[in-house]
Amino acid sequence: MASETFYEVMRRQGITRRSFMKFCSLTAASLGLAPAFASKIANAMETKPRTPVIWLHGLECTCCSESFIRSAHPLAKDVVLSMLSLDYDDTLMAAAGHQAEAALEEIKKKYKGNYILAVEGNPPLNEDGMYCIQGGRPFVEVLKETAADAKAIISWGACASWGCVQAAKPNPTRATPVHKVITDKPIIKVPGCPPIAEVMTGVITYMLTFDRLPELDRQGRPKMFYGQRIHDKCYRRPHFDAGQFVESWDDDGARKGFCLYKMGCKGPTTYNACSTMRWNGGVSFPIQSGHGCIGCSEEGFWDKGGFYNRVTNINQFGIEANADKVGGTLAGVAGAAVVAHAAVSALSRARSGKTEQGEK
Amino acid sequence: MSVDIASNADLETAAGNTVYVYEAPVRLWHWINALSIVVLAVTGYLIASPLPSVGGEASDNFLMGYIRFTHFTAAYVFAIGFLVRLYWAVVGNHHARQLFLLPLNDAKWWAGIWHELRWYFFFEKLTQKYVGHNPLAHLCMYLAITVGGLFMIVTGFALYGEGAQEGHWSHALFTSWVIPLFGQSQSVHSWHHLAAWGIVIFIMIHIYAALRWEFMSRQTVISSMISGTRTFRE
Repeated sequence: MASETFYEVMRRQGITRRSFMKFCSLTAASLGLAPAFASKIANAMETKPRTPVIWLHGLECTCCSESFIRSAHPLAKDVVLSMLSLDYDDTLMAAAGHQAEAALEEIKKKYKGNYILAVEGNPPLNEDGMYCIQGGRPFVEVLKETAADAKAIISWGACASWGCVQAAKPNPTRATPVHKVITDKPIIKVPGCPPIAEVMTGVITYMLTFDRLPELDRQGRPKMFYGQRIHDKCYRRPHFDAGQFVESWDDDGARKGFCLYKMGCKGPTTYNACSTMRWNGGVSFPIQSGHGCIGCSEEGFWDKGGFYNRVTNINQFGIEANADKVGGTLAGVAGAAVVAHAAVSALSRARSGKTEQGEK
Repeated sequence: MSVDIASNADLETAAGNTVYVYEAPVRLWHWINALSIVVLAVTGYLIASPLPSVGGEASDNFLMGYIRFTHFTAAYVFAIGFLVRLYWAVVGNHHARQLFLLPLNDAKWWAGIWHELRWYFFFEKLTQKYVGHNPLAHLCMYLAITVGGLFMIVTGFALYGEGAQEGHWSHALFTSWVIPLFGQSQSVHSWHHLAAWGIVIFIMIHIYAALRWEFMSRQTVISSMISGTRTFRE
């Protein structure tokens, strides 16, 4: 079974050669590859044994899985049933309990150093990891064990990549992103809350097809999906450049589809593919639905102040205020001090002028 | 004037004496800088808090685009000016170097700061005389313009490189490491914005202090940044 290729599995699933080729073309297109790559993908899938994937769930809300199973290009069923052997995913798999744990052990042994570990959610480290128990053990232990023999790790979503809301200040459970716990494995971050379905399947397809990580940026995100900001490809961008903004919800600008910048849209500071790939099979994305981006794929987005403010709060000084409030207040104080100082200077000069005249 | 009883410094700062301090490139840089900072502060504020929406078709307007263009142009002026000024610090006279070096080991310099603070709090009647920048001004200018200016250039071009995207020099030089350093772009925006306020506050105090020195000290200050020469009184 270990030597079974992707193609063989697909044929076994009753997929025709024709459908297989279509699938390869679609996948190449969704990865932004040239048409010539369709045959390369086909070749890879015909010759390479399929790589097993273990999908672990830590402290999370399962929105990544919910997103993943809605992938349209490629269809999640194709990915799950044909492409990757998603051998262990306690949410999606049929087995449960001891049976499931046995499957996990088997894969770890059989494919030692050869499987991909996909992590959804993160381990909380406080109290020896007792805030997230899985199969009777702290998740952090399961994660470390499973990661030890993995070829590479995928950090699904903002939880695994950055920490997300469970890591929000003061982070009582010490929820910690995967890359801070596992430091000796290649980790690819696929942030977002959740990540876009096609981005998830695209990343996993790329890794299985080419047997390597896609090109990553400095923060460990695949450049092909996180190389540009929402703002760079936003269809409302012309309104931004024109200076046409939604000033309040349901105003004329909102009805006309003006830029949501003033409503706190984080599109200009968020690296993700929402404005190009969109959601739910390309139907829409938050900005298209009239709400600003909240920057859910960015590190610390949950602790950066309001979703509806352009100039957001900074907490560095133990106070919650934005740059304009801090700076404006200080400038006001400085201005008042200057005026007061000038007045005192003039007064004391006038007084000393009199005495100096007397002395001279 | 007898040479043997007074040091050269005393001679230079003797009442009625005039010394050439600020060379033409330094003065020119000062005023170009002043103008670019004003433009940067105003347009920067308008980028963070845009003007009320304009009507009509998006294709007929480019208000935000022009504001950002102005900001970026002024930023280039500021940054290139900074580089040219660095060059001049090397080839210019020793006063041109002062802005980029703090004499932290110089007890006299610290004493000068203390004396000046006392002067500002009305404990001292007279200022000491300085051919170059006075110590307190030296410290403040170093923090606001040398360090602050560099911070604005680095964070500013990091943000600029986000829009210019990968392949642009600003992305390779700044964006690629500054954004990860701060964690994310929004934090860079916040700190860039806060530091801008710091420079605005510096300018308020700088102008007031320059005026006060012009009128209340024993040396020229504002006219020195125009003519380049410093004349001493009393």
